[in-house]
Amino acid sequence: MAPLITIKDLGVAFHGVPVVRGVDLALRKGEALGLVGESGSGKSVTWLAALGLLPRNARVSGSVRLDGRELLGAPAAELDRIRGGRVAMIFQDPASALNPVLTIRRQLCEALALHRHLSGDAVKAEARRLLDLVGIPDAARRLSAYPHEFSGGQVQRIMIAMALAGNPDLLIADEPTTALDATIQAQILELLSTIRREMSMAMVLISHDLGVVAENCDRVAVMYAGRIVEEAPANQLFADPVHPYAQGLIGALPPLDGPRRRLTAIPGTVPDSARMPSGCAFAPRCALAEEPCGRMAPTLAPIAEDRAVACVRAEASRRALLGIAAE
Amino acid sequence: MSGPLVEVSSISRSYSMRSGMFGRSTAVHAVDRVSLTMRKGETLGLVGESGSGKSTTGRIVLGLEPPDHGEVRFDGKPMATPGTPAWRAQRAHMQMIFQDPLGALDRRLPVAAQIREPLDIHGLGTPLEREERVRELLRAVELTPAHGVRYPGALSGGQRQRIVLARALATKPDFLVCDEPVSALDVSIQAQVVNLLADLQAQLALTLLFISHDLRVVRQISNVVAVMYLGRIVEIGSADDLFARPEHPYTQALVSASPAPGRRSAGRIVLAGDPPNPAARPQGCAFHPRCPRAVARCASEVPALSHVGGNRQVACHLVTGPQAETRDAA
Repeated sequence: MAPLITIKDLGVAFHGVPVVRGVDLALRKGEALGLVGESGSGKSVTWLAALGLLPRNARVSGSVRLDGRELLGAPAAELDRIRGGRVAMIFQDPASALNPVLTIRRQLCEALALHRHLSGDAVKAEARRLLDLVGIPDAARRLSAYPHEFSGGQVQRIMIAMALAGNPDLLIADEPTTALDATIQAQILELLSTIRREMSMAMVLISHDLGVVAENCDRVAVMYAGRIVEEAPANQLFADPVHPYAQGLIGALPPLDGPRRRLTAIPGTVPDSARMPSGCAFAPRCALAEEPCGRMAPTLAPIAEDRAVACVRAEASRRALLGIAAE
Repeated sequence: MSGPLVEVSSISRSYSMRSGMFGRSTAVHAVDRVSLTMRKGETLGLVGESGSGKSTTGRIVLGLEPPDHGEVRFDGKPMATPGTPAWRAQRAHMQMIFQDPLGALDRRLPVAAQIREPLDIHGLGTPLEREERVRELLRAVELTPAHGVRYPGALSGGQRQRIVLARALATKPDFLVCDEPVSALDVSIQAQVVNLLADLQAQLALTLLFISHDLRVVRQISNVVAVMYLGRIVEIGSADDLFARPEHPYTQALVSASPAPGRRSAGRIVLAGDPPNPAARPQGCAFHPRCPRAVARCASEVPALSHVGGNRQVACHLVTGPQAETRDAA
């Protein structure tokens, strides 16, 4: 099947400082892709750049194709149709994405009028259907309420309703549940997966939470310092991570059951994007780093079907994980 | 582990809140009859969602605000009145760490000077000894004297939290309240700080009250865990056992809501309804409107925290009431 969206060699730089470097990603129709990484790894910037949402001082290079149409450098009018239409986005802080002085009806109807060209009673009926769909009780009456009259979880549901207004083929969810309590996070994630199944919508789930990504995505890409370092089907990545950074992230997560073990923390901190080490950006923190790691940044290379890793020590790393002594 | 260092008996705290400028003021029971015992060298984890009263509990335990009812005893003695010399002397033995290290540090002062400040305030040691103690503290949190001359802005989030920790340890406290100390940190850095905290606790025989919404982190560091919901403790027990076999329906939902790599979300308990509003506390068991197993009695009668075997206590009619017995018999 032809991919829905293809990102090729995407680069983003602010004031000459590269923050995203050589990112390749592709998403099929209806697929859920998780993007994990720590703050500053470039996971949000990648998609903001792809949709032309970065400020003018950002230098974006490479190619982003939606159904074969190039998005980078596309005319503003075309991007306006795509954003909120075929591709929708929701963010961590839904309250700041809504206008506090307009009713939910006004804001939902605006999105519907723009992207679906509905008007009159049809638009009101559709707004109500969307609120019902995202599980806001008493939707008909709640349409005339203002954002502050809803709880944090409900506001995120409303944002999801607005995102669905344009019948998108792709939803970019950027840390959609990070600001929510655990039981509400579970509700929102369940809602997203139900909607995704029913509308066969593709989703990119950007999160720092490995658990959230593992449970809700088919495939996961791990980002570190502006690059993708490993890409794999979700179950394989968590059972058998190959890149030392991916292994480190999973080892750093305290277990919820079984015996307690000392956490395997990754030493040091993420490098400053203005002072990136030459070669592999993870090498200074990597226990397996050897001399070639400092010379050249490794490229993402396939190691199995559906799996790719950017690490020259991938073989050694895999052995270390499986407990096989290197010969 | 020995006798209790901190004993909290039935503390309550309510605030009055107005809805709108002219609305009637209503009492919000942030903390309602909470009792806790922390033994020397032990870590008690306090978990709950926002508005559950876990931070207020921490503040009352430290004497940062007085309880309306109830009492906190530290090392056998009641907490002194805040502001008095006796209170200050007592406070040197207990410290607090918050979520946001940048907010807890002065941006215009090198961090070493900030670590030294409590030593100056409490008049501990000669100036030379204080300098040496600052170096020792920096080493204890795995930083170097070179970090000490920097300003908070020049340090990473994890390093700042280490500085806050070093400062909290300056007066050699016996008791530390940590309120979401690693929640703002990335996973790999969070693991560093959690390991450090566990090491320091073992070395210094610290007693910790560890407040967090993150069940994984709490389990990693705690001996005993208490779960709060709308100002009350609904379940308390030893950490491993509590997470392996939660009894209270709310604890069960919390444990089930915690996503785990390698597990699909099948069989997850997803609670209906919104997070609780402390200003509109439901009658009876506060959890009953969201509880998948609630019965008529839950809406009218407040369940008491009762022992259910081992060191577990649960506040739920279904676990401790007659229904529980019939359920077991069936």
